[in-house]
Amino acid sequence: MSTTILEAKQVNKYFHDPIRVQVLNDINFSINKGEFVSLTGKSGCGKSTLLYLLSTMDTDYEGQIYIDQEEMPKKNENFLAKIRNEKIGFVFQFHYLLNEFNVLNNVMLPGLKLNKYSKEEVEHRAMDKLKILGIEHLALKKANHVSGGEKQRVAIARALINEPHIIMGDEPTGNLDKKNSDMVFDIFNRLSTEFHQTLLIVTHDPSFAERTHRIIHMEDGRIVL
Amino acid sequence: MKRKLLIDIAKSLLFARWKQTLVAAIGVTFSITMFITLLSFMSGLNDLLDGLILNRTPHIKLFNDIKPNKNQPVKLTTEYGLAHHFIESIKSDANRQSIYNSEAILESLKKDKRVLGFSPKLTAQIFFNDGSIDITGAMNGIDPIEESRLFHFNDYVTSGNSADLTKISNSIILGKGLAGKLLVNIGDVVQVTTSKGERFQLKVVGLFQSGIRDFDDVQSYSSVNTVQKILSQPSNYISAIQVKLNDMTLAPKIAKEYEQLYQIDAEDVQTANSQFETGSSIRTLISYSVGITLLIVAGFGIYNILNMMIFEKMDSIAILKATGFSGIDVKNIFIYIAISIGLFGGLVGLLLGFSLSATIDQIPFNTASLPTIKTYPINYNPKFYVIGIVFSFITTYFAGWFPARKASKIDPVVIIRGK
Repeated sequence: MSTTILEAKQVNKYFHDPIRVQVLNDINFSINKGEFVSLTGKSGCGKSTLLYLLSTMDTDYEGQIYIDQEEMPKKNENFLAKIRNEKIGFVFQFHYLLNEFNVLNNVMLPGLKLNKYSKEEVEHRAMDKLKILGIEHLALKKANHVSGGEKQRVAIARALINEPHIIMGDEPTGNLDKKNSDMVFDIFNRLSTEFHQTLLIVTHDPSFAERTHRIIHMEDGRIVL
Repeated sequence: MKRKLLIDIAKSLLFARWKQTLVAAIGVTFSITMFITLLSFMSGLNDLLDGLILNRTPHIKLFNDIKPNKNQPVKLTTEYGLAHHFIESIKSDANRQSIYNSEAILESLKKDKRVLGFSPKLTAQIFFNDGSIDITGAMNGIDPIEESRLFHFNDYVTSGNSADLTKISNSIILGKGLAGKLLVNIGDVVQVTTSKGERFQLKVVGLFQSGIRDFDDVQSYSSVNTVQKILSQPSNYISAIQVKLNDMTLAPKIAKEYEQLYQIDAEDVQTANSQFETGSSIRTLISYSVGITLLIVAGFGIYNILNMMIFEKMDSIAILKATGFSGIDVKNIFIYIAISIGLFGGLVGLLLGFSLSATIDQIPFNTASLPTIKTYPINYNPKFYVIGIVFSFITTYFAGWFPARKASKIDPVVIIRGK
């Protein structure tokens, strides 16, 4: 039995504006180390909302979330920022690179923030990640001078820099064409098989979800298997 | 390390939109430049106006005033000691105007450490005779060397040299207006008549211009000895001692002390020229309030630009937060941005302010009433520069603090979901 990386217990979430609506209803599940999980469901079923709760960016919920078997507090903003920095890697639908920096610096930023290794070491690691993803030639380009597919790969490299316990993706292929989507999937797949990286990817692309190890399907704020 | 990273990020954000940054910095630069220039210029003018009077005014003047005796005979009787006295038709004392025991007073002033210097003075009412015309005038006997050292007398002597008063016997320096009326110039001789009817021939060795027309039309200067001679008085006859102190603010206290000590009238500069102090402090107040208004306006400029910047950088802020930067980190980044704009703009402002005031200092400013002034006056007080940089630091800090706080409170989920 492998260790549990992420666990949700009796999580309920409400939206208060304009009226109180329950968006997540008694969510219970756990993800083990090394699993490649996709979270699917129709638009509005609450899958992105759940992902934000799991990623500690949204703290307005009931229930408990455990990351690395540690319960996440709901108030301590600094502590949560540290958790995000150390234990979670993020890939978003719209790439979200910092346009003020070049590709290499974008990848390095979370590593520098972690402040575990020297700057040279972080730079070396960042180059390694870029090499794994086959984009080391872009390292010194400005973030807004690379294509959409390349941006997404830079974002994945950034998510990897601190060797997180889990990578979370919010429709990372949602904005990409078939070719780039496949490439991103292949990368995730490689990370999972070669590096035993735990992944939790929100998607509504059935072909993407089918190829993952495990699908968590959601409907109307509940998990249906 | 952590701070360095935040500063690096702030730097990148600043340089990514360097034009916008420059506009913000120019706003600060402009206001600091104006603040420095305005204060330097206004306080230069202020000093000039004050100096016009205060330079020439002794801090304490010792003299015998013409006034009724404080101790009227009725007070001497013990019989009515507690009663209120109604005394009518009191006349001022027929006191002699010279200072009693003047030599001893001068000796003791010499030993007083609070005294920067002093010069004796002697005034005589005389008539200048020019053919059939008699012009009423006043003749001041002074020690020209001490008078120049302490009261800038030589600055107002526009032609000739004040030191000649001691070198040439029976010499006189005339006010420019007076010399014009008498149609005399340096080297000419004027005839004066004392109030007692005695006549003297005096050689003109210089002309002075004080900037006050009424003064220049009647006044003349000569050495103490010459005036004593004209008045047929001994060499210890002086009518006033002008004292300059090391610290002008002590004048009222020391004046009281001398009054007691020497049994003499002592008038301090604060009492004699109170209107100048009021005027000068009000002018200072005006220039400071204008200057600080400029800085506050610049602060609002920075506030707006940072607000705009934060609006533009929403995505970046969200991504920084998602990748593990806390709200405090984000707030610090924006505060660093604000402070660097403020300090950079402020320092350039100080330099420009200095050069602008140096330029004003070169503009010719000639006026008949101010013979010693050739260009516009500037006060290069380092205090203004310190205030300028400190204030630019403080305003930009606060202008950055509010937008930065807003940035720190941005919820990344709202932005990421909002797309």
